[in-house]
Amino acid sequence: MSRYLIRRVLTALPTLLLISFVLYAVISLAPGDPLSQFAANPAVPPEVRENIRHSLGLDDPWPIRYVKWLVALAHGDWGYSFASRIPVWDLIKLRVPNTLAVVGVAYLFALIIAIPIGILSAVKQYSIFDHVATTLAFIGFSIPTFFTGLLLIIFLSVKLQWLPFIYDSTLQVRDLASLGAQIKQSIMPIVVLGLFQTATFVRYTRASMLENLPQDYVRTARAKGLAESIVINRHVVRNSLIPVVTLIALTAPTIFSGALITEQIFRVPGIGSLLITSIQNNDIPVIMAITFTFSFLVVVFNAVADMAYGVLDPRIRYD
Amino acid sequence: MATSVTAQNLVRAPATVDPTLRRPARSLWSDAFRQFRRHRLAMFGVFTFSLLLVATLLGPVIYRAPTDLIDYSAGLLSPSLEHPFGTDDLGRDLLARVLIGGRVSMAVGVAAVVIAITMGTLIGSVAGFFGGRIDTVLMRLTDLFLALPVLPLLLMVTYLFRDPMRKAFGPEVGIFILIVSVIGMLNWMPLSRLVRAAFLSIKQKEFVEAARCVGASNRRLMANHILPNTLSAVIVAATVGVGQAIITESSLSFLGLGFPPDVPTWGRLLYDAQNYLDLAPHWAIFPGLLIFLTVLSINYIGDGLRDALDPRKTQ
Repeated sequence: MSRYLIRRVLTALPTLLLISFVLYAVISLAPGDPLSQFAANPAVPPEVRENIRHSLGLDDPWPIRYVKWLVALAHGDWGYSFASRIPVWDLIKLRVPNTLAVVGVAYLFALIIAIPIGILSAVKQYSIFDHVATTLAFIGFSIPTFFTGLLLIIFLSVKLQWLPFIYDSTLQVRDLASLGAQIKQSIMPIVVLGLFQTATFVRYTRASMLENLPQDYVRTARAKGLAESIVINRHVVRNSLIPVVTLIALTAPTIFSGALITEQIFRVPGIGSLLITSIQNNDIPVIMAITFTFSFLVVVFNAVADMAYGVLDPRIRYD
Repeated sequence: MATSVTAQNLVRAPATVDPTLRRPARSLWSDAFRQFRRHRLAMFGVFTFSLLLVATLLGPVIYRAPTDLIDYSAGLLSPSLEHPFGTDDLGRDLLARVLIGGRVSMAVGVAAVVIAITMGTLIGSVAGFFGGRIDTVLMRLTDLFLALPVLPLLLMVTYLFRDPMRKAFGPEVGIFILIVSVIGMLNWMPLSRLVRAAFLSIKQKEFVEAARCVGASNRRLMANHILPNTLSAVIVAATVGVGQAIITESSLSFLGLGFPPDVPTWGRLLYDAQNYLDLAPHWAIFPGLLIFLTVLSINYIGDGLRDALDPRKTQ
């Protein structure tokens, strides 16, 4: 296991290096100019603009800038945001709580709801419950988040006026009233994201359960005279959740990258919306930090998924 | 089995086949088709999708309301007989715009999938067939692409390269090429893994060995003997991929990073509509509903195909 871990890390490093290079190259080769905001501003004369360019280190050709970026990163320095002149990491730290409060909670809710539904739906295959659950899962999985978001706004905010449709991140939870306001403003974004996630997890759990139910070990357990609840909960569910755990590990990094679209619809100032504004401003250090951290998490969680698989399923060996 | 004498064989009367009972030979494809026909939701998908396809292809020919006639006196009208889907803030007829936009959305979906499928099949089959170092390199490449943040990268590339593409090919064609190729090139990885896995197992089979003995070239082995056996995976992936590509294009347009405002793709219409949700909810509901119906019907077709093409599921 530890040898496998070491090999995993050794192959991950060049992959990450290559990814960072590709990302940097794409951003730098694009024709946009990080200083274009100043170009349109008559109050900033060209000399000043050149000075700013120099101070941001934009004089160098991009491969040199990439190496500098990499060296700084090795020292734990993500650089400064071009647009807001504060360290990139401070900027990200500011946004992470909002993303976690919406995307993370939606993800958790989805898991808590989806796994029991998936299990029940498989155990009672072809029942009315199963039909309703699979149909809803299919719809939830086919409906784009921007459409659910707009529909909820039309019905719950515009028509019924129950919920606010703009997420106010300055709201501080101090008493019951502000807690209520926080819950109210979180409902719609969480439902939009949760619906999609739940649908995916339900489909996955159900399929995995259905694969396990007809197997010999289940028949053996029943033949031993075990109660049906024990057969399902102790034997089938445990085995069926192995691929679900892998799916969780593989999709967990998306919690960090935030939900680009949902954050945009409800104006949640999270990582996703930071990324969009950074792309529009050509703010290279911020774009690099977000996309690279995301890739890093993907690579790490991929390894975690593989390893979890080995721990949960002793039939799988690493060598 | 042929030599074993069972009770059944002894009892059975000598068989004379009634010629009216003789049926035409059944091929694997006709079996799959019969199976597919029985999948009710898949048939619903085929029906809905054909309807949408015909509507977007022929609709603009039959329904001749202008898509870009600006008439402020008719702005933000709710659906009526004159404007079945209502109008937008500039008084343009939404049904006409939705129909034209649908063409673009569908074209993007299909074209992006063609690129993704071609790349995925090519890379997967070469990696699986030749193995060794080629396989290692290609699979590393696949892993690399899988770890790339797809949606952010998509946003970046379309936002950053839209101006040069626009200059090179014109505003509409340039953006079309850009979006289609980027979506295609960021979505081939899962299929390439599937095809590779199928190639790895199929190339060991006897019929491949036999073909090789007869002197079939590598190209012939790959294209005529192994690839047809991976087709079911490719077909299912392609079907579901069209829906995913339509959603991706709509997401880009919804974030304002897709087609220019004068190309009313479904995502772009939603983007424009989101500031008028209180005055003109119909503006958002119709294009959104069409995206949803398209993707839902495509997913049902994919589901039906998956069941029909799975040899383990034939009864």
